[in-house]
Amino acid sequence: MKAVIAVIGKDMVGILAEVSSTCAAKKVNVLEVTQSILQDMFVMVMMVDTSACTVPFSELSDSLTQLGTQMNLKIHVMHEDIFNSMHRI
Amino acid sequence: MNTNEILETINMIDNEDLDVRTITMGISLLDCMDSDVKKSTQKVYDKICRYAGDLVKTGEDISKEYGIPIVNKRIAVTPIGIVSGACQTASPIHFAHALDKAAREVGVNFIGGYSALVHKGFGPGDYALIESIPQALAETDFVCSSVNIGSTKAGINMDAVKKMGVIVKKAAELTADRDCIGAAKLVVFCNAPEDNPFMAGAFHGTGEGDCVINVGVSGPGVVRAAIKKSGDGCTLDEIAELIKRTAFKITRTGQLVAQEASRRLCVPFGIVDLSLAPTPAVGDSVAYILEGMGLEQCGAHGTTAALALLNDAVKKGGVMASSHVGGLSGAFIPVTEDAGMIEAARSGALTLNKLEAMTAVCSVGLDMIAIPGDTSPEIISAIIADEAAIGMVNTKTTAVRLIPAIGKKCGEELNFGGLLGGGPIMEVNQKSPAAFIHRGGRIPAPLQSLKN
Repeated sequence: MKAVIAVIGKDMVGILAEVSSTCAAKKVNVLEVTQSILQDMFVMVMMVDTSACTVPFSELSDSLTQLGTQMNLKIHVMHEDIFNSMHRI
Repeated sequence: MNTNEILETINMIDNEDLDVRTITMGISLLDCMDSDVKKSTQKVYDKICRYAGDLVKTGEDISKEYGIPIVNKRIAVTPIGIVSGACQTASPIHFAHALDKAAREVGVNFIGGYSALVHKGFGPGDYALIESIPQALAETDFVCSSVNIGSTKAGINMDAVKKMGVIVKKAAELTADRDCIGAAKLVVFCNAPEDNPFMAGAFHGTGEGDCVINVGVSGPGVVRAAIKKSGDGCTLDEIAELIKRTAFKITRTGQLVAQEASRRLCVPFGIVDLSLAPTPAVGDSVAYILEGMGLEQCGAHGTTAALALLNDAVKKGGVMASSHVGGLSGAFIPVTEDAGMIEAARSGALTLNKLEAMTAVCSVGLDMIAIPGDTSPEIISAIIADEAAIGMVNTKTTAVRLIPAIGKKCGEELNFGGLLGGGPIMEVNQKSPAAFIHRGGRIPAPLQSLKN
């Protein structure tokens, strides 16, 4: 399945590297990345494929949330269907 | 991948209190009837634990996967008045204890259905069940109770209305040491829906299947934020359009969660209840939406019109987002559960009379209103009768959930905590309707019922 990882917070060195290495360690494939700075806030959105993920989805979500807490960022991991159902008819 | 849409969704969840309010599993207990009360309550307990064993875990898994909070997991069962009617010699209270024990075992927040449907008359188990409601609510933690005393088709059963005035008061008296919380778990309905996922009025109607998943959405905070962003220059038809768009998005989330829960639990999907259900959290308030439309405070003249617009737009937006819409579907106005309403009641801007008018255009009725503890049962019955009349004539659901604050007077406050909130005790017209209530009998069904 595809999931969206959204990272929001203050810009700093190594955000992309940390998030993508956490993904790689769990065999989560990054399909697409977009990032921008909105009003001094760093916003990165990643589309990932979790079909080969070595841990349950909840564990992936927990480890990224934990990484976010360590780096003082907000990291959301959500199934892509939530966005499709909310914004597409 | 559209970043703006993704960020909009995340902002709704993080900052505007978007959540799925409840996944409610409806379970039929018709096959648990037995003339032996021990056997019957055991069957009830076993069936609930068997069907709902995975409900809480599934809800939590979905919540984590989709990143959307699912606040409550609940169970609704067949009105116990029907089930307990088979064991005439035993008190229905045993069923309340069985429901409570099962709710504790499976870990749900509430279990609804300690109910009786008496809109036309009392069935075999109904009177005993109604008599036992105060004790049941005092002795259990999770059980919720409701009684349907009227409908557009049947009229209003005034004997039941008279009885319920006494029962509501007694439910408060037996829990006086806990801010009268017993009465907060008891709803008196007219035109009760059979698939309502919201407490305290949820029960599993007799026309429903064996087991079903119903979902109640929420999101007053999201609607309020959308109106705030639109600025002061919008006309009301533009606001209605905005509410429709927002309600659509909120309801789609509920539909997704409902379908997913239904698939994982292997239980048919019933309905999505597209309601705006406030919480005491600041920002998650229906009153603030009305104030956002331009009222100085909720309760001001214009409140009923603003609420009518809101209620209608929520339905129009939500109905296309879900394959099956049901339950109460509309805007809720529970006073103690809504930060803006609590403020308005404290300042005197919101009165019981205004609330009664508002119930004619929203999806429920007089909900979570604390009244003085010395209010007579006849006055409570008369308030119920007024609400039921509004529901009966307008072919809509109305409900009454009043909390007589035992030992307290106007201006003092009750505090339940959690989703039930707390608030000031509101003034009630003390002129006596006793002679009217004691007449008993039935108010005949209105002409609107003769549609065949």
